[in-house]
Amino acid sequence: MGGLGVAFLEALDRLFRLDAQVVEIIALSLRVSLTAVMLGTLMGLPLGAAMAVGRYPGKQAAAVVVNALMGLPAVVVGVVVYLALSRSGPLGGLGLLYSPAAMVVAQVVLVLPLMAAIARQVVEDAWRDYEEELAAMRFTWGTAVVTLLHDCRHSLLVAVLAGVGRAMSEVGAVMIVGGNIDHSTRVMTTAIALETSKGDLPLALALGMVLLAVILMVNGLAYGLRVWARGRFE
Amino acid sequence: MSALFPLELAAVSFRPNGQEVLRGVDLSLGGEGITVVLGPNGAGKSVLLRMLCGLLQPTGGTLRWGSAPGPGREVAMVFQHPMMLRDTVLANVGLGLKAHGVSRQDRVARGHAMLARIGLTDRAGQSARQLSGGERQRLALGRAWLTRPRLLLLDEPTASLDPSGVEAVERIIREIRTDGTKVVMTTHNLGQATRLADDVVFLADGAVREHAPVQRFFARPVSPEARLFIKGELPWHVGF
Repeated sequence: MGGLGVAFLEALDRLFRLDAQVVEIIALSLRVSLTAVMLGTLMGLPLGAAMAVGRYPGKQAAAVVVNALMGLPAVVVGVVVYLALSRSGPLGGLGLLYSPAAMVVAQVVLVLPLMAAIARQVVEDAWRDYEEELAAMRFTWGTAVVTLLHDCRHSLLVAVLAGVGRAMSEVGAVMIVGGNIDHSTRVMTTAIALETSKGDLPLALALGMVLLAVILMVNGLAYGLRVWARGRFE
Repeated sequence: MSALFPLELAAVSFRPNGQEVLRGVDLSLGGEGITVVLGPNGAGKSVLLRMLCGLLQPTGGTLRWGSAPGPGREVAMVFQHPMMLRDTVLANVGLGLKAHGVSRQDRVARGHAMLARIGLTDRAGQSARQLSGGERQRLALGRAWLTRPRLLLLDEPTASLDPSGVEAVERIIREIRTDGTKVVMTTHNLGQATRLADDVVFLADGAVREHAPVQRFFARPVSPEARLFIKGELPWHVGF
């Protein structure tokens, strides 16, 4: 069996015996990314819906900006958050740099525009259909936003999924603000990058398999939920 | 009588982007009964209803809702193709109350009572989007009725419904009227106008040609356009 085959078998072995190092890295990855996605959801979806429903000058320009921010390079976000959290930065006093909290901040900055942009598009489509009737029912702006978010909840899963995908797979920003410190800020993506460069393929492969499995599982769940919702409510 | 009435339109016009949709509309509507707005396609009927609802502003003239500052929550409107949220029938019937800040518990209780009145009790837990066209219209009427409006505006409420659907919707409209709500509705169905209307407003080319009690309108129409319309000889679409 070649070297790759051996590495693959060893990776499976580490997974099945729940290797402490693997478990620790996976746990931190999930904690950081899911926290970031949760915060991104809480802020991004209402922001996108408010952008869709609101009437304000520069509405189209705002949509273009948010759409453009979807493609924000992770390393740029990493540098910006690093500067903000560094000792001489505006948030340096918080002492967050090289901590999981800093990684959460960076990932929130990454997923927020993505989720807001998708939410804005989804809600805007619904708003086009509902605007006149909700206005006739005397919905306020705020109640309309809440109602539309609820009505589009199944479509908005796409935004949350996109956020999960971006947060889990991102490496540049968390590497810069987290530092990839063993037992402290090492997450799956940064560990994979490091262990591959060191030649520890079994660990990199094991983490890669978990990463893929998590993404597949989340997508599968979301797909199932959408199929159920379509049958139930459409 | 509510402060909402009489509805007074004086020389009202609506001319978006230079296209004249309504011109010189003078109209006074009291707070009781059913007023049916008749007229060919493009006469401005739906625009008139949207103005009465406050969704469109006149570009000329004045529109007054009695001594009220505006249409407010006492005015409700049901559209030709009512929207349904991706939710249950019960949730949809309480949607108007949600806008009024009524608690969820109260919405559920009052929603169930309304579904019984409109014959949709057995559909309460189903998706509103899976209802037939007639059931959707009944649900939309119930949704508006539940907010206890003083003025209910109905835009072609029975268009493209089968006879049993039309009968069910007309029964609900009569009940709403009996409940003390003023109804102003548009229709292309002259039979429906004779069955439901207390008075008829006839629009053609964006202007009110006639406003008369229903029997008088159909027995002795005054305007030449109304005479042709009743005979079916006025073109059903009027271009501007």
